[in-house]
Amino acid sequence: MRPFVYERPTSVSAAIAMASGPDAVRVPPTGADTQFIAGGTNLADYMKLGVTRPERLLDLNTLAEPALRQIRIDDDTIRFGALVRMGEAADNNDVRRRCPLLADSLKFAASGQLRNMASLGGNVLQRTRCEYFREISWPCNKREPGSGCAAMEGSNRQHAVLGTSDACIATYHGDFAQALVALDATVDIEGSRGRRKLAFAKLHRRPGETPDIETDLAADELITAIEVPLAPWSSRSRYLKIRDRESYAFALASAAVALDMDGETVRSARIALGGVATVPWRAREAEDALQGKVLDEATAQEAAEAAFADARPREHNAFKIPLGKRTLVRALLETRNMKG
Amino acid sequence: MNQAAPAPRENQGDPVVRIDARLKVTGQAGYPADIVTANVAYGALATSSIARGKVSELHTKDARAVPGVLDIVTYGDMDKADTPKFGNTGASSIGPLHDKTVFHDGQIIALVVAETFEAAEEAAMLIRADYENERPSASFDSKGVKMEPAAGKSPMFKEDAKAGDFDAAWADATVKIDEKYSTPTQHHNPIELFSTTAIWQGDQLTIHEPSQNVTGWKVELARQLKLDPANVRIVSPYIGGAFGSKGPMTARTAIVAVAARRIGRPVRCVVNRMQAFGTQIYRAETRHRIRMGAGKDGRITAFGHEGWEVTSRPDPYVVGGTSATARMYNYGSVLTHVSLVHADRNTPGYMRSPPETPYVYALENAMDEMAVALGMDPVEFRRINEPEKEPIGGKPFSSRSLIKCYDQASDAFGWSKRDPRVGSMREGDWLVGMGCATAIYPTAAAPCAARVRFTADGEVRVQCGSHEIGTGVRTVAGQMAAERLGVGMDKVSVEMGDSALPPAPVSGGSISTASVCSAVMKACDAIREKLFAAAAGRGAPLAGSGNAKLDLKDEKVVTETGKSAKLADVFKAMQVGALEEYAEFAPKGSSPEALSKLYAGQPEFHGGEGDKDSVKYAFGAEFVEVRINSYTREIRVPRIVGAFAAGRIMNTRTARSQLMGGMIWGIGQALHEATEIDQRHARYVNRDLQDYLVPVNADIKEVDVILVPETDHQVNPAGVKGLGELGNVGTAAAVASAVYHATGKRIRDLPIRIDDLIG
Ligand SMILES: Cc1cc2nc3c(=O)[nH]c(=O)nc-3n(C[C@H](O)[C@H](O)[C@H](O)COP(=O)(O)OP(=O)(O)OC[C@H]3O[C@@H](n4cnc5c(N)ncnc54)[C@H](O)[C@@H]3O)c2cc1C
Ligand code: SF4
Repeated sequence: MRPFVYERPTSVSAAIAMASGPDAVRVPPTGADTQFIAGGTNLADYMKLGVTRPERLLDLNTLAEPALRQIRIDDDTIRFGALVRMGEAADNNDVRRRCPLLADSLKFAASGQLRNMASLGGNVLQRTRCEYFREISWPCNKREPGSGCAAMEGSNRQHAVLGTSDACIATYHGDFAQALVALDATVDIEGSRGRRKLAFAKLHRRPGETPDIETDLAADELITAIEVPLAPWSSRSRYLKIRDRESYAFALASAAVALDMDGETVRSARIALGGVATVPWRAREAEDALQGKVLDEATAQEAAEAAFADARPREHNAFKIPLGKRTLVRALLETRNMKG
Repeated sequence: MNQAAPAPRENQGDPVVRIDARLKVTGQAGYPADIVTANVAYGALATSSIARGKVSELHTKDARAVPGVLDIVTYGDMDKADTPKFGNTGASSIGPLHDKTVFHDGQIIALVVAETFEAAEEAAMLIRADYENERPSASFDSKGVKMEPAAGKSPMFKEDAKAGDFDAAWADATVKIDEKYSTPTQHHNPIELFSTTAIWQGDQLTIHEPSQNVTGWKVELARQLKLDPANVRIVSPYIGGAFGSKGPMTARTAIVAVAARRIGRPVRCVVNRMQAFGTQIYRAETRHRIRMGAGKDGRITAFGHEGWEVTSRPDPYVVGGTSATARMYNYGSVLTHVSLVHADRNTPGYMRSPPETPYVYALENAMDEMAVALGMDPVEFRRINEPEKEPIGGKPFSSRSLIKCYDQASDAFGWSKRDPRVGSMREGDWLVGMGCATAIYPTAAAPCAARVRFTADGEVRVQCGSHEIGTGVRTVAGQMAAERLGVGMDKVSVEMGDSALPPAPVSGGSISTASVCSAVMKACDAIREKLFAAAAGRGAPLAGSGNAKLDLKDEKVVTETGKSAKLADVFKAMQVGALEEYAEFAPKGSSPEALSKLYAGQPEFHGGEGDKDSVKYAFGAEFVEVRINSYTREIRVPRIVGAFAAGRIMNTRTARSQLMGGMIWGIGQALHEATEIDQRHARYVNRDLQDYLVPVNADIKEVDVILVPETDHQVNPAGVKGLGELGNVGTAAAVASAVYHATGKRIRDLPIRIDDLIG
């Protein structure tokens, strides 16, 4: 591991001031000399592997603002401070009661130890686990722009079938983000150019020509909070995660589903898909297909077909298309069967 | 039933608690990389990123500039050491720093030594190599691989087994199957990382390294470094996961020793997990074709098993599991052939039941297919083909309790409740499947020496250069001594894992309990004789007992008639404070030089199919239930039952634990484990525990182990059949059989994943 400077800012504004500089707008946060660290479960790993090489780390755990560590729930929103640990949010009974999807997307992620360390801000910004990205001797457009993509013709069982480009097919592996993108969450961002509120759906960028640019954030911008509006569909919601083993594995395919039902008929559906796409993936085509329909096996199947209409498989990941569809069908039917 | 310490049945020893259990669970057991050494420097490896070619130039300037770097050992720095030898003690003949040729991905190109671990790692990452890159051949289907018959290429596999006229029987068979099976590349990934710590004192070298073969390594390392073996010591008191991976010594050991000599300081190198994939041994991928012919009555008339195995370019590593599959059932005729496929890969090596795991997987999957083709219950099908004698040499089995295992396991499992129709059993959205398969493992033993000291106050010290690789051998060796010398386990201490102790064979092939216990027994019996002679002698405490049988119990010499003498009094009568015996055990059939070969680190193995009088195997039967989601097809294993018969069971607790661990590994082999290879570059891709999948606790539900009583006086004096490698044989086939029962899909290529069942 390369030597680096480690600093402990004590306020959001101090952290931003320390991170800002001419580079902060020019290079993506993941390539910047100064980077934030929260739980470190993703960043420290990638530093050890040489995937990212910050000169300086700003530890967010010393920030004094109490709101960063709080979960606040009122009638129509749940607000998570960015430093709330995954485990704390997963185990929060009110979160679970109001929106099981949120709690489950966290509970089915990683392991108990990791959930106790990892922050929600860091969680949504976790980087891909593409094996070729993690091992620096391979060409990788995300790690070294222009070097090529070793996964495209290589081992790509884990890789995405939705939202890919000719430059990169890496999956966005996080679970919580699927719940957030489905539920129309927003993120509060603070940087040297002020504060802004961004739709969670706009936070991540598809790889396109520039897979190294992963988010809409500048290097001196901090996520301070994540806000989830509560709506009629929040309580009838579910996260179904399909993986190679029962625990401690990323999704091969997952579905975040929230339903507002009028008897058997779907008034409104919120759907996101994990494990299959390059970014947190809102499946609006599937939502539209269900709107106003009686939800049964056949309509669920139609929605699933719509969700994967544009899927593009590679050599080893073609199974994700039928798997993704069936995951969604199962999640829709299971969510339908929940009490509203 | 499913408890950690099963009550002993006939010919089974007490479930004595492991003597190192507390040390291990409280973190006090000192693993080789934990040993505190003054002034130690840290080593980190740099490894190749190509699989075939030559290193044309190595750039070490940036690495040398890292503060704290002391030395970089690379080409030309090996101080005229000899290249490693491939064989029982050496993992590969490739001497990575002797020659700039690159034979495989992840080959060592340099060792950086620095004041701190961090500096060493950082510098190692800064080493850059220029290569003359050649297109590598990754595996079976790659261009440029070299295929050759395996028979005779290695002392481990002399010939292909054959019996009768296969071609004629195959042509005549009424019911036939002809199918192909495969198993993937697997890496051991022990939780204890691989490491070497080298310490020189003058010309004496001590190596602390997890090892399953301290005596063999001592001799081999001395040869490479041109030292007197008496000046080399290998120390490995505890091992955190071995399963073969720490059996043969790799090239790293000598490299670290050379580095320590160059800088005049101890050097410790702990290999990170990624680099272990290329620098250690592994289980290579295998392919199989099985042709099986049977009559309508279910009798097998023809069995053909062809196997293909990948190995490295230079070394003929072969497992050749046809020697076991060819002797499993009462086939009318047998034809086998094993081929080696040389590719640009590191040399594979032992991994828990190296031959049986892949080959029996193929056989048992085929057995299940044949049972289906015959419309016969798979247990019944095996019963019908139970042999009197093994079909190749016509020898009897020293003992064979396979059918008993099937009976006891199927009862416990509730096999009779299985509806044989495919896809017929269901619970809600979950398809239920049930399957079974046979486990087999050859019973062997090797020469072994042990020293036992017994003092007047009843203290027993056992010394043996075997290895506690987690099996519990240290405990059972102690149990053997406690039993023979009539003391409690609290009086017994056992030293192992040090080449300065009496030599023991490599801890592989499930021979340790049999070999070590036989040697310990011999030493104890010599002590008993001395004590008995003294106790019954003229004027001694039991004088006049004549020829009455004496025994040792509760720290007393006792007679059949109930008279006894305290140990202390017998020792007093002998006028000694301690008795010490050094015993050498050699199994039946050993050559006259078998014992001297033990000291030279080349122990002979006897048993299995090699003995003249009989073939010797342990058997088991495993039953598995799977649940498969009808939508998303993930496979879960709620229950697995295995019944095993392995001669005398020394300790039901450690035996159960071995078998249970094996069955769990078998589930992993069935559903999870596989090293992915980038076929274009012949490089391993999933080199960490995130992507190299093994089962986690949540995957393992009910595991039931039944220890079937069996007595076998032929195998060895201790009557013990090894069972360390038995449990994971057959498991994957039982899972495949259950998956077929649930879904109607026959998966022949491991691992069985959602990919195979969806769509
Ligand atoms: C073995 C393993 C298994 C895992 N399994 C799963 C799984 O099944 N599902 C899943 O969803 N995740 C999984 N994870 C990922 C895990 O959830 C993430 O590593 C974790 O959530 C990251 O949070 P952190 O606080 O540790 O982030 P860090 O590692 O500290 O940071 C991650 C990134 O976010 C940036 N960052 C952190 N906080 C902020 C902020 N407030 N504002 C701006 N930038 C910020 C950092 O600069 C860095 O780039 C797994 C991880 C491991 C190691
Ligand atoms: S898929 Fe993306 S992250 Fe993976 S190697 Fe290709 S460019 Fe890199």
